[in-house]
Amino acid sequence: MAPDTLLTLAIATLLLPIAAFTVVIFFGRRLPRQGDWLATAAITFALLCSLAILFAKISWYNAETLALNFTWIDFQNVPGIGPLKIVLGIAIDNLTAIMLAVVTLISALVHYFSIGYMAGDVRYSRYFAYLGLFSFSMLMIVLADNLFLLYVGWELVGICSYLLIGHWYEKKSASDAAIKAFIVNRVGDLGFFIGIAILFMTFNTFGLKEIFEGTRLGTLPFGSQGWLTATGILLFCGAVGKSAQFPLHVWLPDAMEGPTPVSALIHAATMVAAGVYLVARLFPLFTADALLVIAYIGAITAFIAATIAITQNDIKRVLAYSTISQLGYMIMALGVGAYTAGFFHLVTHAMFKAGLFLGSGSVIHAMHTALHHQHDHQTDAQDIRNMGGLRSKMPVTFWTFLVYTLAIAGVPLTSGFLSKDEILAGTLAFSGLSGHLIIPLTGFFVAGLTAFYMFRLVILTFLGGHRDAARLEHIRESPKVMTVPLVILAFLCFFAFYSFNPIGAASGWVAQAVERPASVVPAAVAAPPAGVFEEALHHVHGTAMLLSLAVAGLGILAAFATYYWRKISADDVARALAPLHRFLLNKWYFDELYQAVAINGTLAFTRAMRWFDNTIIDGVVNGAGWATKGTSFVSGKFDTYVVDGLVNFSAYLSGFLGLVLRKFQTGKVQTYIIFAVLGVMVFYFVFRLV
Amino acid sequence: MQLFDLVFFVFALITLLSAFIVVFSRNIMYAAFALLFTFFGVAGLYVLLQADFLAVTQILIYVGGILVLLLFGVMLTNKVVNVEIKTGTLQTVPALILVAVVAGSLAGLFYSMWRGAGIPQEAARPTTKILGELLMTSYLLPFEIASVILLVALVGAAMTARRNRNA
Amino acid sequence: MGSLESLWHDITAWLPHVQLAHFLIVSAVLFALGIYGIVTRKNAILVLMGVELVLNSANINFIAFARYGAGNLDGQVAAIFVIILAAAEAAVALAIVLNMYHRFQTVNVDEVSSLKE
Repeated sequence: MAPDTLLTLAIATLLLPIAAFTVVIFFGRRLPRQGDWLATAAITFALLCSLAILFAKISWYNAETLALNFTWIDFQNVPGIGPLKIVLGIAIDNLTAIMLAVVTLISALVHYFSIGYMAGDVRYSRYFAYLGLFSFSMLMIVLADNLFLLYVGWELVGICSYLLIGHWYEKKSASDAAIKAFIVNRVGDLGFFIGIAILFMTFNTFGLKEIFEGTRLGTLPFGSQGWLTATGILLFCGAVGKSAQFPLHVWLPDAMEGPTPVSALIHAATMVAAGVYLVARLFPLFTADALLVIAYIGAITAFIAATIAITQNDIKRVLAYSTISQLGYMIMALGVGAYTAGFFHLVTHAMFKAGLFLGSGSVIHAMHTALHHQHDHQTDAQDIRNMGGLRSKMPVTFWTFLVYTLAIAGVPLTSGFLSKDEILAGTLAFSGLSGHLIIPLTGFFVAGLTAFYMFRLVILTFLGGHRDAARLEHIRESPKVMTVPLVILAFLCFFAFYSFNPIGAASGWVAQAVERPASVVPAAVAAPPAGVFEEALHHVHGTAMLLSLAVAGLGILAAFATYYWRKISADDVARALAPLHRFLLNKWYFDELYQAVAINGTLAFTRAMRWFDNTIIDGVVNGAGWATKGTSFVSGKFDTYVVDGLVNFSAYLSGFLGLVLRKFQTGKVQTYIIFAVLGVMVFYFVFRLV
Repeated sequence: MQLFDLVFFVFALITLLSAFIVVFSRNIMYAAFALLFTFFGVAGLYVLLQADFLAVTQILIYVGGILVLLLFGVMLTNKVVNVEIKTGTLQTVPALILVAVVAGSLAGLFYSMWRGAGIPQEAARPTTKILGELLMTSYLLPFEIASVILLVALVGAAMTARRNRNA
Repeated sequence: MGSLESLWHDITAWLPHVQLAHFLIVSAVLFALGIYGIVTRKNAILVLMGVELVLNSANINFIAFARYGAGNLDGQVAAIFVIILAAAEAAVALAIVLNMYHRFQTVNVDEVSSLKE
């Protein structure tokens, strides 16, 4: 397959979803079945194209990057700036090829799942249209070879997230969540934008290849290494917002207000992974300091989210915090230099997290139906305390959910085990090289917590007994269109897809395809190069694996002991550590903190500005109004007395003169004769004297 | 001062004095008769100017025709009981000023321009023949037109002054 | 004042020897008086008398110039025509005055003002 064919397929992959969006958004309601088949067909074709690209790329063009670009703007001479040329295009390297497959696969599965889940929804066609738009935007991020198109796609996914979270905008909580997501993302995007601007100012181009080359040759932003680090951190801000890292993680739990398939697609597998993808893309540009910041933020995020997850009772909330925690893992991995591990975890996480969400969607769907049958509109269908024993009624959902949970907990023979193990090994290697021990400590602790709360979720949802036996009767397994995607994803969680070695992924095709790129940053501020890192990794690999198995085992054990065998009472522990429990249950009070500081601060500023506007600006305007009034008053007086006076005077003068001159019109001919003769005499004298 | 000059002054005095009375008198009859004397004075001046035919014509027509006509007019248009017929004047002052100015300037003009003029003709001769020849040759057209005018005036006056108003 | 003196001497020297200017001055005064009569008099007939005076003064001018200025008698011919026309005009004017009298019962020129507002 020629490179051009691959590029054409890539373009097709990119454009199929947007074409579906255009048709469905305008004509959706009039199409049969409201156009869901059109959107699903489009994304399925896109999936087939992506799989073709992936296969061809890895088989025949493994080491190359296939690129296609066009000159968008070429101004020879802009006054004050000079030549301005912007070249846009797409580039396919292994990272992109894998991402294409992941995005289209998850998107396609979500499309199929949604046909069942969203049946009868009030805005069915619009939902599918937005799914198409989102797919297009995500693919644009992944395919872009320049920061311009990447940023366009970045913003577009933000819009789609807003639209889809607020799908049921009649609910105030949903529309609030949509706005919150968008605004928090915006905060991160601001830093991202400034970073892009600095890069453009330095290199006068958006193209990544040129930027990397320029940095490698020594051009630094504002000529300083400090600014290079700063630029890296600014660019990372975008990832902080999009991937819900600390401190901009607060939007993701609220985003669960959207439909569950949306949560699966956007807030588990793809959009939030865009931040990780960005860090991976820009990896060569980060200095060692920037990477350290990235690693710490990832670690902190993972820790905070995991501690909150163990207290939550809404099934989707638990999964949301789990997502945040796993994203923290990926970011942390990239920060410490375990590039391949981080990206690998992105891929595996996409599979099992999407599966977890779709599975929970299946559960929620069944609970809703059962409650509807019971005419119960009070009970929360998503609260795991209302569930239990669903295993017997929903076997497919249960078994697939179990597979996903094993993967996320890092149990051997799953893909998740491979990727998480690599990450933990990486953190250990990093601490060995740089002395930052807290990072691996955090990583292992969080791994244990992850296993604990995920199994807690499985036990409380599927095992044990259901609180309401009558309700249990009404629980049914979900239709095939919903369970088949679950099965597909469960298969993709097995280690064999990625590596034939169950305990090491290094020989697998993913690790072979994606290599950590060389840093283009000046050697003085660069992180330890790949070779050094690999060396350290070798030494700690075994230790890491043993430790990760240990903590995972401990976590699972603790979960079973507490919730299944009831050896430990969760409530007693919660009571004993009441303040801590409350702190964790209230999500570390982040929302309250932001409300008090950011929001109230902004409102206070708004009030101050309003005062300023009302008092000073309006005062000036009113003053101007008063001044005008005064001037016009004076002018009016002037007009009345002086101007009108003049006019009246001239009229009076005319009248007076008229009165006087009227006397001449005596009507007597003899008077006129006098005047005639007088006139003659006047002429005579004039001619005499002249 | 010769006889000529003396006679001139006498006639001039008659004329101007009578003219004064014509315009300043309040009594119409006095004015009318003063006009008579004015005409006579002017006729005398004509004689001094070697215009014998015109002097006589003046008396004939002016005194015999026009003055009589004016007197008839006076008679017919005044509700007369007694001979005293008074009449008033208008805008005297402005007229006086005007008149003084006119007289003064004209006199001054004539004095300054023709002070030394005047080459009297050689001898006195009767003008009638010459006038007759002139009227019949050089001034034939004006003569004929003048006669037509007289006819028109005659008929027009007769028509205008008719008593009955059956119109 | 020297000029006035000399002017007076000039006039008194010139006065006794009657020439053209003397006649002209007489006619000028007559003319002025005629104007005065036209302008001042209320009675229409008296206005006509003023007109006659004016015409006569013009005649004197013509004839004086015929005698002293030109060698021919063209001035006298002009004077003849003036007399003729004066006669015609007097006739018509009086006819109008009679009409006026019948219409307004007065011959005062300031009382016949029905055209005036």
